[in-house]
Amino acid sequence: MSDTSNRIDSSRRAFLNKAGAAAGAAAIAPGVFLTTPAVARPADQPVTSDKRWGILVDTNKCASNCDACVTACKDENGWGSTEHHSSQEQQSQWIRKVEIRNKSTGFVATLPLMCQHCEHPPCVDVCPTGASFKRADGIVLVDKHICIGCRYCMMACPYKARSFIHEDLEDQLPWAPRGKGTVESCTMCVQRVDNDGTPACVEACSAENHNALVFGDLNDENSEISRELARAESIELRADLALNTGVRYRGI
Amino acid sequence: MTYATVASRVSGLLLSALLILPLAVSAEEEEAENLPFSDLTMTEPERHVSATEECVAPEAEMRRNHMKFILHQRDETMHRGIRTRRHSLEECVNCHAAKNDQGEYIPVNAENQFCSSCHTYAAVNIDCFQCHATKPVRASSLDGRSASAPHPSAGPGNEPHPFLVSEGNAQ
Ligand code: HEC
Ligand code: HEC
Ligand code: HEC
Repeated sequence: MSDTSNRIDSSRRAFLNKAGAAAGAAAIAPGVFLTTPAVARPADQPVTSDKRWGILVDTNKCASNCDACVTACKDENGWGSTEHHSSQEQQSQWIRKVEIRNKSTGFVATLPLMCQHCEHPPCVDVCPTGASFKRADGIVLVDKHICIGCRYCMMACPYKARSFIHEDLEDQLPWAPRGKGTVESCTMCVQRVDNDGTPACVEACSAENHNALVFGDLNDENSEISRELARAESIELRADLALNTGVRYRGI
Repeated sequence: MTYATVASRVSGLLLSALLILPLAVSAEEEEAENLPFSDLTMTEPERHVSATEECVAPEAEMRRNHMKFILHQRDETMHRGIRTRRHSLEECVNCHAAKNDQGEYIPVNAENQFCSSCHTYAAVNIDCFQCHATKPVRASSLDGRSASAPHPSAGPGNEPHPFLVSEGNAQ
């Protein structure tokens, strides 16, 4: 049955991915490793606060004419050109490129802006139903099953990171359900992260060879992101709000 | 009278009412056209799953408890990141979506399709498919081989989604 070969293919690919992740470990035989650095969480185990996922954005590496991260997010999560009756301001926007200009020097930097996955998220504080919540691993999400579409969270977010869906949608992706009357925002590609993957924006930035985005576990001092954060200065956007964001910036 | 006897009497009455009702209806069958709601007949849902395949639990149990399974799974996945496939809504759709004569998938919640036939009859309204995909998109990963879904774009590089091309689980 052709379907069977399909399945074997995909699981083999998943295996290769994991093998790749373990490249740092000593291989004593193909597929057998002496040590495995990060053990993937089994599908039936819940996420825990052992991990806290974060992204570091290096604006020095972010190319002003590039929006590969935005395009990748649209493709992965199925937003953008899906809402035909909404005005531009009403359309969903999980991630956007922002240009900032130093008025005194004229220096212009661009950066991607999305949900900052705060440790103390204002969107969660104001949500009347508990739909806006933070997962144990620090990813801030909307449980659309209990979202009533009141949009308090959109008002509370200092980063303007959330959108509201104004119209009926069709042909959504199975791994990113979306529908009218609910709020949505960057999920840090939770569907990928739960399968040991990397957010689509980060992957796309590396594919462009810009490497402006680093994704990883902030709680693991040996992760690439932690080492980078320790190596050189970085900031939180609106650090004055003391939200302890999971997304950090460098170069601005 | 003890509570138990009352309860058994009441349930006895209910049971006989249930047994008699269908008989009464069939007796009146010729007149059915004149009765209100006489067009409300039970349509068999589309069957298209191959005879060798089985549901994720015995049929009788699925009939009774399918909503419990998926509603539980919903919260587990959403809040705790649990990605088992057995009770995933995506897998229900993967198996239960039928194809039309042209070989294209029909939305699983379209009229008379699997997730709507019983519901129409029982006046159940579900909103799930306002958001959730109604047709299979990626191959099923429901079996021992990989406990969680391989993500279509998780591979190295920017490969296109390997959209489900095989006809494995439809007839
Ligand atoms: C407003 C949009 C929306 C509606 C309506 C909705 N869901 Fe979901 N559902 C989501 C989102 C978003 C996710 C998270 C997807 C992820 O993280 O992979 C999800 C995930 C799930 C999951 C886990 C993933 C999977 O495919 O197994 C289940 C089960 C589920 N929903 C069941 C339901 C059921 C049952 C209903 C109807 C009673 C429903 N949902 C209605 C948006 C919705
Ligand atoms: C591996 C394929 C497969 C998957 C996955 C699957 N089913 Fe089934 N299901 C079947 C088969 C085969 C039957 C037997 C009836 C038939 O032939 O259509 C069935 C029967 C049922 C029935 C009883 C139908 C009746 O008329 O009595 C219900 C209800 C049901 N499934 C719901 C679900 C739900 C909800 C899910 C997702 C949690 C699901 N199924 C997942 C294959 C599957
Ligand atoms: C064998 C008939 C049958 C089939 C087939 C069937 N359902 Fe149901 N479903 C029911 C009945 C009857 C109820 C209502 C039970 C009750 O209210 O106690 C129900 C209830 C539900 C509920 C809970 C609704 C609520 O508001 O609590 C969900 C969710 C659901 N079904 C999903 C599905 C999905 C998804 C499919 C297709 C994979 C499906 N059902 C196929 C008979 C069926």
